[in-house]
Amino acid sequence: MEKEAIEKFGLPIVQDEKSGALQWVDLRELKIRYTISVENTKNFFEALKEGKLLATKCKCGRLFFPPQKDCPSCMKSEMDWIELKREGELETLTVIFVRPPSFSSYDPYTVAIAKLDDGVRILSWLKGDPKKVVPRQRVRVEVSQRKEGYLMFELVPI
Amino acid sequence: MSENVAIIGVGHSKFGTRKDVNIPELCWESMKPAFETANLEPKDIDFFVVGTAGMWSSEQAVPALIAEYADLAPKGSMRVEAACATGNAAIRVGYTAIKSGLADIVLVLGVEKMQESPNPTIIEMIGRFGSYFWEFENFGLTFPGYYALHGTAYMLRYGATEEDFARVAVKNHYYGAKNPYAQFQKEIDVETVLKSPYVAWPFKLFDCSPITDGSACVILASEEKVKEMGIEEKVWILAQGVGTGTANLSRREDFTSLASARFAAEQAYKIAKIEEPAKEIDGANVHDCFTAPEIIAYEDLRFCKRGEGVELIRNEQTYIGGKIPVNVDGGLKAKGHPIGATGVSQAVEAYKQLLRKADPGRQADVRNGRWLTHNVGGTGHYTYVTIYGLEKR
Ligand SMILES: [Zn+2]
Repeated sequence: MEKEAIEKFGLPIVQDEKSGALQWVDLRELKIRYTISVENTKNFFEALKEGKLLATKCKCGRLFFPPQKDCPSCMKSEMDWIELKREGELETLTVIFVRPPSFSSYDPYTVAIAKLDDGVRILSWLKGDPKKVVPRQRVRVEVSQRKEGYLMFELVPI
Repeated sequence: MSENVAIIGVGHSKFGTRKDVNIPELCWESMKPAFETANLEPKDIDFFVVGTAGMWSSEQAVPALIAEYADLAPKGSMRVEAACATGNAAIRVGYTAIKSGLADIVLVLGVEKMQESPNPTIIEMIGRFGSYFWEFENFGLTFPGYYALHGTAYMLRYGATEEDFARVAVKNHYYGAKNPYAQFQKEIDVETVLKSPYVAWPFKLFDCSPITDGSACVILASEEKVKEMGIEEKVWILAQGVGTGTANLSRREDFTSLASARFAAEQAYKIAKIEEPAKEIDGANVHDCFTAPEIIAYEDLRFCKRGEGVELIRNEQTYIGGKIPVNVDGGLKAKGHPIGATGVSQAVEAYKQLLRKADPGRQADVRNGRWLTHNVGGTGHYTYVTIYGLEKR
């Protein structure tokens, strides 16, 4: 669009289709990709390879999911990695029809929140037809491979 | 120190698709009427605050940009961001600056030019207003999706339906049609909403607020300045409550309410000595970025009991003449939701309603002389509840 405008008029200026107002089309495109440290939560990701779901538990008894390194209750950072039972009850869901471009390779997907029997809540995709679930549906957390080839947890109705 | 702070000037741009102006021009559109209603010039401003979430638009140094464009340099300034509550966060900064005695006159501007980026880019960026890693990176939760999780939970617990949610859109379009600054000035019916395509089940296109360009501006002044300048037309900030929620929705106990909103509301009610909000307030602007959250807001603000919010909309109790009029400027739904401008736009509406300057057909009865605004960033990640009054505390 802007290339055509530059060729024609010598400037990257085009007319807005609806209003006719003139727009300068930015030539500086920005691509953003972050690198996020998982150094202190690496046990969680290691365990996914074994199909396990880990949380951190502080010596004071407080349980954290998603796992975190530090405990604001007792101000210590001495966490045990514990395995969650991976079963619980569905609390709410939505089906994402209008997807972000970075998820455009997926069909509409269901995002759900479940309360696990261990007491923590988990947000993830729900496998299967969302119309078939009932209120307070029992669900299990399973680890599966994503289209991109990496491992991630999902909720599966029992 | 100034015990009381007043809004002495207001301005509002046309909300919508604003391909006809650039960012500073859009800012000036609301700044000029704010200066005029306050009878002030740029040189009179001690400090100014700009609420803008940015990202989707080209200019990021907006305070400096308007310092240059509107002759505010070299006065002090600050840019603030609190997702969709950015506008009220900006008011918070201005309000506390005057309360503390560090400034007497503060200009607060909220602005967003979202449509400088294409819609898919905005969907991508706005989905990141929660926990980036645990919600967006791996599960592609979108902004409508965040609130849809609340809408579903509300339907499950209280038996509300998609049709009930649609009634909120119908009301807000009804009033948007009477607001010349609104993005959508057209009435709709329940069918229009129900027939529109799903965005994030149970929300359809017409359950969602639009992507909007716009700006809104208020000028705040200390009690001393108000006296000194002999200002007749003003509204006082009676109270403001602020709350914050967890980043991850999975760290919350309940999805039929926003804890930060309840916290902010009770804080504000305590300061303003309000016990029965629906009886002591003339009307409210609540954060209806989607339809269901307006109903949840009725309950978080105690306009009714838990689970009864849906009855308020079914019985048209939040129209003018009902129990408490809500979003009679069209709300975010029909007026539009330029992220950073929204909270400031609510303040402009409070000023207009209390001073009986609202457009024909959307002026509420002003009996108590009090108006409430409820501005939520993210999905209850931040909430600002502000109460405005004709009489100071
Ligand atoms: Zn601890």
